[in-house]
Amino acid sequence: MPELTKDTENTAPAPSGRALLTMEDVTLKFGGVVALNEVSFEIREGEILGLIGPNGAGKTTCFNALTGVYQPTSGRVVFDGQPLGKRKRFQINRLGIARTFQNIRLFGNMTARENVLVGADSHHRSGVVNSLFRLPRHRRETREGNRTADELLEMMDLTHRADDLARNLSYGEQRRLEIARALATRPKLLCLDEPAAGFNPVEKQRLMDLIRKVRDMGNTVLLIEHDMRLVMGVTDRIVVLEFGRKIAEGAPAEIRDNPAVIAAYLGVDDDAS
Amino acid sequence: MSTATQKAPKPTFADRWAALPKLVQILVWVLIAVFFFVLPLLNLPIVSTPDAEFGSVLASVANYALVALGLNIVLGYAGLLDLGYVGFYAIGAYTVGVGGSLHGQINWFVLIVMAVTISTASGLLLGAPTLRVRGDYLAIVTLGFGEIIRLTALNTEWLNQARGITGIPRPPSSELFGLPSLVWDGATAKVDLGEGAKSIFLKFGLLDAVPYYWLALIVIIVVLFADRLLQASRVGRAWEATREDEEAAELNGVPTFRFKLLAFALGAFVGGLSGALYASRIGAINPDSFMIQLSMMFLAAVVIGGQGNRWGAIVGGVVVAYLPERFREFADFRIVVFGLLLLLLANFRPQGLLPPRRARRARRADAATAGLEGTEEGARA
Repeated sequence: MPELTKDTENTAPAPSGRALLTMEDVTLKFGGVVALNEVSFEIREGEILGLIGPNGAGKTTCFNALTGVYQPTSGRVVFDGQPLGKRKRFQINRLGIARTFQNIRLFGNMTARENVLVGADSHHRSGVVNSLFRLPRHRRETREGNRTADELLEMMDLTHRADDLARNLSYGEQRRLEIARALATRPKLLCLDEPAAGFNPVEKQRLMDLIRKVRDMGNTVLLIEHDMRLVMGVTDRIVVLEFGRKIAEGAPAEIRDNPAVIAAYLGVDDDAS
Repeated sequence: MSTATQKAPKPTFADRWAALPKLVQILVWVLIAVFFFVLPLLNLPIVSTPDAEFGSVLASVANYALVALGLNIVLGYAGLLDLGYVGFYAIGAYTVGVGGSLHGQINWFVLIVMAVTISTASGLLLGAPTLRVRGDYLAIVTLGFGEIIRLTALNTEWLNQARGITGIPRPPSSELFGLPSLVWDGATAKVDLGEGAKSIFLKFGLLDAVPYYWLALIVIIVVLFADRLLQASRVGRAWEATREDEEAAELNGVPTFRFKLLAFALGAFVGGLSGALYASRIGAINPDSFMIQLSMMFLAAVVIGGQGNRWGAIVGGVVVAYLPERFREFADFRIVVFGLLLLLLANFRPQGLLPPRRARRARRADAATAGLEGTEEGARA
């Protein structure tokens, strides 16, 4: 089990696993608001890392910083040995970071299968000429894409909805389809932004199994989630944010007993603070 | 809920069509194509335009349809509001005029290649800086672009300013075979055997506009094929995803800017091509041929037909170019009537006459869902 790591700068990757992604003192300001304040942590290859914190703690901002939606004001994000720098979002995706969204953002007027195909296309190169003349590359990529889509839809239990419009899928199906679309880009790191929001306990259990399955396929998973049971049950390590700062990091059991975390979630009496 | 028995939706025309054997489908397409090829010779009583030469009306209609097909790629597929599409049309036309008449005697085929190359390049040049801005700004920039092209032509001595260009070369003719046309006597058709009444296949002259129509029709068919192949490929999916949610597309590995630029360039290609064909049919152009109103008509064609549907674009082109000619007898009233029609259409059919597949299937799916909910409520009551 990974031990509690102190918030030190430029630490070498922990011996237990190679760091896949490192946040190095990432600060993000919007005008006067400091959304992230010198946040540093690393995601190790093959682990499921939970990112938790009260509302407004900066979890989604953190996601946005490491998927290229926002540029950090200072500090940097290093993925797989390469600083993300000013890379465009689609380039960051091609490096191997895929994500889902807190408020589902599917291509509503495309079918479930087409949604997954768009993800699979991120590795394809065929453009106008290839498509117009149906050259071998186009045919090969079409075959590949269809196979990927079939597999992922099957895995997400969406095969029977493959040809339905994404916006007509049920809430749970849409959440799963988003994961399928993200996985189709063959990420090394999959970032899930509150995937269990609005789920009932049965669905949450199934989601936990699914997340483990995704990890066992060789992916690393970063998970934002409010549901403590789910987070405690599925993650290997947890990073806790509050007011844009990292207040704790460690194994689920340690986080559960950490007084700072308890204070952040339950609040502290005025006279106690 | 999900296990509730789904009522099979009533088979639509598209479903039934898909169920037909491939051979039958091809045969129907060929028949439709043949019909449109002989249409100007049939002189059908109601369809024909009584107050304008039917052949040249059809040539102009085909031209509009081609333009609409091009603009549909930009507007319908990529979702980019281009209000200056006439600029590319003008660039295509002026290239043929300048290279073939004003400053050179270049071969017509070379001219066409030049026209599409220059208009595509200008599309890339205009798109590279402007496609980074969002919707409204793009509309304004393109609106300006269309005017800049016209004003440049109007103020440049080298482009002959307001005098314009005359003597633009026609396409080289090949007199393969002649086709007689029909004359109607009540409900009976007779073949017009009069001397010079034949339309020669691809003899591009001054008197008979029908060969220009045929040429445009051939180009339209080629573009339709290309359009279909592109839409059902990675490129088409990327456009659709970008239009649906640009950020989500980008984060799923779609280089949205590149694909928008591609749509812009392809649109400019078709726009330039249709402009070049227009110039070689009309033979004379001047800056007034490319007023901003033309952009609006092109836009109207795509919107009326149904953005994102290639057949809609064709229908829209036909509506915009044909109806005013057909009802020429009502003089200036026809414009009022046309405007009224547009208003009615915008009110009752905002998706256009032939909405794209996605809008249709979305409506159908919604109807199915509503039906399900309805029955469930009924069962509960």
